[in-house]
Amino acid sequence: MAEPILGLSGVSKRFGALVVSDDVSLTVAPGELHALIGPNGAGKTTLIHQIAGSLASDAGRIGFCGRDITALPMHERARLGLARSFQITSVVPGFSALENVALAVQARSGSSFRFFGNAAREAALNAQALEALETVALAARADVPAGLLSHGEKRALELAIALAMRPKLLLLDEPMAGTGREESLKLVALLASLKGRYAILLVEHDMHAVFSLADRISVLIYGRIVASGAPDAVRADPTVRAAYLGEEAA
Amino acid sequence: MSADIAQAVRTPLRRPLDPRALAVPLVVFAALALLPAAAAFGATSYVLSLGARVMIFAIAAISLDLILGYGAMVSFGHAAYLGIGAYAAGILMAEGVDDALLGAGAAIAASGLFALVTGYVSIRTKGVAFIMITLAFGQMAYFVANSLSEYGGSDGLTMASRSTLLGLKLLKNDLTFYYVVLACLAGSYLLCRAVVAARFGRALRAIRENPVRMAAVGYDVERIRLVAYVIAGMIAGLSGFLLANQTEFVSPAYMAWQRSGELIVMVILGGMGSLVGAILGAVAFLMLEETLSHLMEHWKVVFGPLLVLVVLFVRGGLTGLLAGGKRHG
Amino acid sequence: MSTTLFIVQILNGLQLGILLFLVAAGLTLVFGVMDFINLAHGVQYMLGAYLAVAFFGLTGSFAAAVLLALPTALLLGLLLEVLVFRHLYDRDHLDQVLATFGVILFINEAVKIIWGAAPLNVPIPDVLSGSLRLMDGLFYPVYRLAIIAAGLGVAGLLAWLVNGTRVGMLVRAGATNAPMVSALGVDIRRLFMVVFGFGAMLAGFAGVMAAPILSVEPGMGDTLLILAFVVIVIGGIGSIRGAFLAALLVGLVDTLGRSFATDVMKLLVSPSAATNVGPALASMLIYILMAGVLFFRPAGLFPAGGKA
Repeated sequence: MAEPILGLSGVSKRFGALVVSDDVSLTVAPGELHALIGPNGAGKTTLIHQIAGSLASDAGRIGFCGRDITALPMHERARLGLARSFQITSVVPGFSALENVALAVQARSGSSFRFFGNAAREAALNAQALEALETVALAARADVPAGLLSHGEKRALELAIALAMRPKLLLLDEPMAGTGREESLKLVALLASLKGRYAILLVEHDMHAVFSLADRISVLIYGRIVASGAPDAVRADPTVRAAYLGEEAA
Repeated sequence: MSADIAQAVRTPLRRPLDPRALAVPLVVFAALALLPAAAAFGATSYVLSLGARVMIFAIAAISLDLILGYGAMVSFGHAAYLGIGAYAAGILMAEGVDDALLGAGAAIAASGLFALVTGYVSIRTKGVAFIMITLAFGQMAYFVANSLSEYGGSDGLTMASRSTLLGLKLLKNDLTFYYVVLACLAGSYLLCRAVVAARFGRALRAIRENPVRMAAVGYDVERIRLVAYVIAGMIAGLSGFLLANQTEFVSPAYMAWQRSGELIVMVILGGMGSLVGAILGAVAFLMLEETLSHLMEHWKVVFGPLLVLVVLFVRGGLTGLLAGGKRHG
Repeated sequence: MSTTLFIVQILNGLQLGILLFLVAAGLTLVFGVMDFINLAHGVQYMLGAYLAVAFFGLTGSFAAAVLLALPTALLLGLLLEVLVFRHLYDRDHLDQVLATFGVILFINEAVKIIWGAAPLNVPIPDVLSGSLRLMDGLFYPVYRLAIIAAGLGVAGLLAWLVNGTRVGMLVRAGATNAPMVSALGVDIRRLFMVVFGFGAMLAGFAGVMAAPILSVEPGMGDTLLILAFVVIVIGGIGSIRGAFLAALLVGLVDTLGRSFATDVMKLLVSPSAATNVGPALASMLIYILMAGVLFFRPAGLFPAGGKA
């Protein structure tokens, strides 16, 4: 197997007496779509925070593209190519959709310590931003302030922002959360089209989407990975059925 | 700050330059440039000196607007830079260096250094702690100035004269001085305007709205804020240099914490995040102070409640009023 | 410098620390529970001192002045709460800063109109006058010892209130997670009025006690307020324990610094340079302390929320 893009080993986090991430180890291979599932409160979002760098880990090591990033702050991880979408939509509401994406291009390409020249008119930045918006079918809404987009459009915008970072890994925290059926289908199709081109770690509650998209699934319960493998193997795993899928089915 | 967001939503950023957006600054600067001519009919020296004073504070207010309005950093110690700039001018003069360029350079450098050191510590904290810490560092500068017994201590330091420019006593003339201050104001305004629109300013504005998002796409949020903080400090330092030259006197009172509060009031009064609003705010505040203090000795007893009422009921400042809209809320 | 001088300065430092704590306690609770930054809190301290002056003038008795000044300070505090502060709780910090700044301008000026700008004073009550012999050659004013004792008493009372009563539990919970407390069905506004009134009275108490030893003048609260901010930032916003320890620390560092900085500097540089640098350095010490603490612990020494 090729060198993994992302590798966690023994990653832990506790809040007081509460262990939220308990000795988690997992990998995401190049081009792989690895889904992380688990009941509410299993610690999925905490783990995403730890990988993205918005929460420091208490123990363990996080490797990314052959580097140890455990101690790096969030923005440096982002610059290495780790792009995330947030569970609760996070865009810059007063900026147009295009500028939201252009900001991501700007962060990646060249210095932001330029004090002259109108950034909003930099053709190179805008062209790449528009391209990312086209990928998520949002080009027509490029000039709309992000705060005024529909929920599904904001979700797509988050993806465009992530793509504009030319990431090596997409860290997607419930990209479908709160979207309607139609929008959710569109997003699944979009994720399917991204699959193989990017390494993706996907946290999602929509089991249909997860099982149709994932190459590999890990199940997180009370902060521990209890099962990990191909979708069929995970579906058949008795621990998972008892602890998790059983509940879903009931 | 949802109010800023609402405001930002109302002004899309990609549209071509709005003539109205240019009109207000043009009118303001034209009025300032013509003031001496109008004053020729009245009390010239009084008007020139008040005008220069207003513009000097406008420079400081613009610099505060850069971090307050565009960076959401509520600095309650901004008067410290005014004072540091002034002391740089005064101390150099006392030591026999009276060149204006050297003086201004020293004022800007000293202010920038103080901003770098104190900003590095303050910016690591969030929200209300930032307010308290900037206030505390401002107070530190104030007390240090008070303890400089060699340079007047709490009595302040009288300067032998105004700085010289290329060895000539150009600034001695009030009219020349007025236009030098106007040039500094125009320069500061144009510089801040450019910075705000440039890559740096765009990142700063976006960080104001959503710092976590910006860190997640790769911006070093603290560093961008720190650089903005240092730029603002340096510009305020320049205004301090001018203030010292205008009054030919330097005093710890320049950095009293109330002064920092007044600078915030100017920015808010004019409507923050518009730069030209900071100029209008400085004009409005100082005219109000001038008028009220002529009417009564204890003018603050009126101004204080007025400020409370403005905060409670009139939101969006003068520019908000001019635009005919109320700030959301 | 001698041992006795050193001990005297330590006691002076403690006494300043106690006053600082009384002001900082209310401030940090109010901020912790309501996320409300009140610049006008120092005004309560000043009002306490002026009320002591006024009631002493009326009654001629310090004890009566204390007993009258405290409830009056409380009433004035609650009046301000109802008139102004109440309308600021759901505003952003900038609005709070501006409006409370306006309140300070008003009250400082009003005090000037009523009592004049010149410093006033209250004589130390006879019972507490004179000095106590602590050891050979070491005398310390009884009144200052009384301030330390009263302050420690109040701190103890406060510790019991916060840790041992239901209101205290709510206050602690509110400082950690205010929405949660209101979700539990507690009337957070009423809780806040209690906290606010209590904080106002503590600051007023500090002002009353300071009146006989400091000059009572307009603006006296502002300087102390900024020191209280330093205390809160060092101690961790919202933490009573942090405020107590940081207040003593700041009181000691500031007092000892002012007394000994020049002497210490003389060991390092020439005497004339030390005379120049010493006072400047002394006035910077607590801010350097604050910067140092923030550098290593941006949330202060005892962050109230528990999460760093």
